[in-house]
Amino acid sequence: MNTVTEITETPVRVNEFRRFIRIFLGRGVVTFGVAIVLLLIITAILAPLIAPYDPYKTALRETLLPPSAQHLLGTDTLGRDILTRIMYGTRTSLMIGLVAIFVSGIIGSILGLLAGYLGKWVFTIIMRLMDALMAFPMIILALVIASMLGSGMVNVIIALTVGLLPGYTRLMCGQVLSTRENDYVLAAHSLGSQNYRIMFRHILPNSFQPVIVYMTMMLGQTILAEAGLSFLGIGVESPIPAWGSMISEGRDFLLMAPLLSFAPGFVLMLAVFSFAMVGDGLRDALDPRLRGIL
Amino acid sequence: MGTFIIRRLLQGVVILILVSLIVFISMRLLPGDPILLIVTSSEWEEFTEKQMEQLRHEYGLDRPMYVQYVNWIGKFVTGDFGVSILTHRAVRDEILKRALISLHLGLTSFIFGNLIGIPMGIVAAVRRGKWADTVVTVLANIGMTVPSFWLGFLLVYLFGLQLAWLPTMGYISPFEDFWLNLKQIIMPVACLVVFPISGTARQIRSSLIEVMHQDYIRTAWSKGLSERVVVVKHAIRNAIIPIVTLAGMHLSIIIGGSVLIETVFNIPGMGYLLVSSVSNQDYPYVQAITMIIGTTIVLINIVVDIIYGYIDPRVHYD
Repeated sequence: MNTVTEITETPVRVNEFRRFIRIFLGRGVVTFGVAIVLLLIITAILAPLIAPYDPYKTALRETLLPPSAQHLLGTDTLGRDILTRIMYGTRTSLMIGLVAIFVSGIIGSILGLLAGYLGKWVFTIIMRLMDALMAFPMIILALVIASMLGSGMVNVIIALTVGLLPGYTRLMCGQVLSTRENDYVLAAHSLGSQNYRIMFRHILPNSFQPVIVYMTMMLGQTILAEAGLSFLGIGVESPIPAWGSMISEGRDFLLMAPLLSFAPGFVLMLAVFSFAMVGDGLRDALDPRLRGIL
Repeated sequence: MGTFIIRRLLQGVVILILVSLIVFISMRLLPGDPILLIVTSSEWEEFTEKQMEQLRHEYGLDRPMYVQYVNWIGKFVTGDFGVSILTHRAVRDEILKRALISLHLGLTSFIFGNLIGIPMGIVAAVRRGKWADTVVTVLANIGMTVPSFWLGFLLVYLFGLQLAWLPTMGYISPFEDFWLNLKQIIMPVACLVVFPISGTARQIRSSLIEVMHQDYIRTAWSKGLSERVVVVKHAIRNAIIPIVTLAGMHLSIIIGGSVLIETVFNIPGMGYLLVSSVSNQDYPYVQAITMIIGTTIVLINIVVDIIYGYIDPRVHYD
């Protein structure tokens, strides 16, 4: 006689957050990236508490010291502690990077939303303008803007924001073009919703996820561009610690004090790599279909 | 296809006009006075009001904006880029000389980026999950995140200063001293090529893996063809198509990167000239170089789109 095992169909409850964490931290390299990013954020916030020295205090008797117990990475041309300046440089990099990413993310999303939803001439004007902006590599765009406005933190942020804009606008526009075909948009229309209401209540929230992933992915590249600018001497002003200008300061002392250039460059690379990995992990956990797009 | 090319060219013209407007307007937004495009600010302060008026009139700066724009663009198209406000020499002559240097570096990097990146990607895809794949994937991830200018310093330290194999800076024409030139460009090209190699390898790897799962590849296998034939004759043809789009992006990245790398190695190319012109406030140079770079990239993108449409018969444009 057959034993009939009763199969009770209880739907498996999936904890969305757990699922997210499981996929997000599924790859070792992403976990590594997350750890480094957290470390950078903590360093940036707590720099005044954990840094061993004052980043601005010069000590002309102690220039270009090799690594020692007092100065773990040695000192720079003005006798300032390199480790301290790298820690404060984290603040500069993260702040500029985050502000540029968010401002361009907001402006770019709105432009993309308008272009994608309204279409016609709005689409043509916005997208052709973005094409034109994309004709300039970010660092060159930033150079030109810096030549107009001068160097300084605010101008660097403006330059990076303009450079990032086309990427967001294109991404958002593409998303909106597919989101607006959904039935709920049609339903909203037939219920008599206004355009702006449909755009901001229905289309924006449903098109925004890739933008978040893109923000994380581009943060590393933005920090890299900022370092490039300060390397060329058109970034933040001189005494403010920034990784790019620290690398540049070491150029004449490569043999005497290689760490002067190498240490901040290594941290810069680590930061860019980590943000890229976190972006990858976020994409896979949020929406693996984005693999082809981002 | 014909209508597509014409459409794309027309669109390109529109973008070029926008690019020129961006350059023109940004130069007119300069703090101070557009007269700064003609004289240095220290000279300007010594001028009397009357002299300034005369100079403005001479250079047409008292005429309406759109007339100025049309004049400027007309001159630009015929190769008249103005006169340096510092050296008073024609901008065109200097740029021509330097463009050749940047072109030499850029094209070499571009070619090697593909020559090295494509085989790397193919090996990684064919040996998926094996150690070769791991090595390529890790190297590509590092290559896409390493700061090129910092890599330059590492190379200078190792090969220039410690081992003293290669000169740490400068550029001499290959027609003057071929071997010295070769030694001089190895490190700059190595810095510029890292990103294109990594990007290309990653793209080839993922598109080849995708193609290898398709039905016609299974058919090729079941016909008893060897791995070599399946990969080289059947799979790569399709997997290589996205590289065309990527190539345009990589050229733009190489152009941007050359600004940094020419500074690192003191190479008198366009990028170095742009950086020094920005810090010297020699605006005619800034204007001409940004315009040339913008135009080049727009043209590259047009060519890329046309080639793409040509080699991929599945793409339909309307």
